[in-house]
Amino acid sequence: MNKFSWYEAKSVEDALQQVNSTVSEELYQHTNKATVFKSGGIDVFDWVKEGLLQPEKIVNIRNIPGLDKISYDQKKGLSIGSNVTLEEIASNPEIKNNYLALHQAVNHASTPQLRNISTLGGNIAQHNRCWYFRSVDHQCRRKGGDRCFARHSETGENENHAIIDNSSCVSVHASSISTALMAFNASVVIINSEGEKKIVSMDDFFVSPAKDIGMENILTAKELITEIILPAPSKNSRSAYIKEVARESYDWSLADVAVVVEVSGNTCRKASIVLGAAAPVPYRSLEAQQAIENKIINNDNAVAAAKAAMAIAKPLAKNGYKVPMFTSIIEQAILQTT
Amino acid sequence: MEDKNQGSDPKKTKSITRRSFLRGAGLSTAGSVLLTTNTFALDYKEQLAAGKEFGPEAMTIKMKVNGITESLSVEPRTTLASALRDHLELTGTKIVCDRGSCSACTVYLDGKPVNSCMMSVFDVGDKEITTIEGIAQNGKLHPVQEAFIEHDATQCGYCTPGMVMSCVHLLDTNTDINLEDVKKATRGNLCRCGTHPHVFKATLSASKKTT
Repeated sequence: MNKFSWYEAKSVEDALQQVNSTVSEELYQHTNKATVFKSGGIDVFDWVKEGLLQPEKIVNIRNIPGLDKISYDQKKGLSIGSNVTLEEIASNPEIKNNYLALHQAVNHASTPQLRNISTLGGNIAQHNRCWYFRSVDHQCRRKGGDRCFARHSETGENENHAIIDNSSCVSVHASSISTALMAFNASVVIINSEGEKKIVSMDDFFVSPAKDIGMENILTAKELITEIILPAPSKNSRSAYIKEVARESYDWSLADVAVVVEVSGNTCRKASIVLGAAAPVPYRSLEAQQAIENKIINNDNAVAAAKAAMAIAKPLAKNGYKVPMFTSIIEQAILQTT
Repeated sequence: MEDKNQGSDPKKTKSITRRSFLRGAGLSTAGSVLLTTNTFALDYKEQLAAGKEFGPEAMTIKMKVNGITESLSVEPRTTLASALRDHLELTGTKIVCDRGSCSACTVYLDGKPVNSCMMSVFDVGDKEITTIEGIAQNGKLHPVQEAFIEHDATQCGYCTPGMVMSCVHLLDTNTDINLEDVKKATRGNLCRCGTHPHVFKATLSASKKTT
């Protein structure tokens, strides 16, 4: 790693005074004069170790007081501080009882060692795992270059890449926990350097590369996530999460899905279906939602919803397998909610 | 990739070890051997003082490792793994992937297993580190270590310290374990020799002996 100085932030305001760049901006602009945040630091140190990010200063936000609480209220819902670790989420009984798909997603994510370090804020703000993006030898479009190496029909190694919304960068978002958060209609609470607070739905938090290749989410250098909030689940809501990986022990997602439904009897009244590792950002499948809403949750209707979700898929040369994989897990996840 | 010995001044002037011998014999390119003392070390309050900037040059800090308060001269870019291995010569902790993917570098931070390769030494503060060297007590191996020997649960040995850390933590936190629990506890520990089945057997056997 390059030499950098270390600043221990006292407060959110203090941290925001220090920082002058997001990691995405610095990866795109290469000023080597950036001051960036880190909490758990797993993603930031990964970039610094590769030499792709050479910060001048790292601002440690991990010890800022007040960002490490989980609170649940039957009426208000759930609040998870941005510095809460993945392990604290995985072992929280209220999250398991009321937000099962989120519990399952966190339990499938990462390793015990990393879960003790990684924070939720860092998890949703981490960068995609495209090997070209993370390689010093490939100046891809996300890093200010002029091409996408993964897309190439003959030489592109794109087996882990996007099958939906892949007209620009073909990477997939790395946070499988975000798949579940978005399905629960979570929002991100963000504070800026003026002390102003805004609440952004997860649906609006991530930025598609087709819109802006230099950003993976809406955060600017003068903004910090303080908490992630989830509405209270209704009495008749059920949820399920399924993730497919190459290795059973732990791995990045090849395909994952979170389904949250509101039912009356066997009929689905409302559905929230989100796909992970399908598109450059977590993808809400309006197609699947429409196909299952106001239908009885049974095998035929689950298959129809899964097929509707995949009707828009445009696989690359090496990731065609994802279409039947998604079809299968969407169907299974819908059926698991009964 | 850069030299893993990140941060300056690997120290230690204690008795002759294999490392210091090699270094002294000129087989290593390690530079100055520096004696650090507690005199100039920051105390924990100063180390954790919010609103302060540290580095980028090396500074002397304190760190509690295996019950002993150590002083070491490190930079913010020095990882905990490098601090343990290169500065304190606790070379039981292994650096293999150096990216948090294999968990050979597992140590406990206040009792919880973490990847020491993915943390700055400045992340430690006043928390207590336990390494593989701190698992045996009074010269007696931990039952998990005994069971690893008995069940031939090591091959090349690089993953072993991390494996042992994960399995000891499992037994410390759960007295009634089954095979699934061991698999879950070691899911982050990668063994390229494929000795996982022996690790599972050893840990289950050690669990019976400790309960």
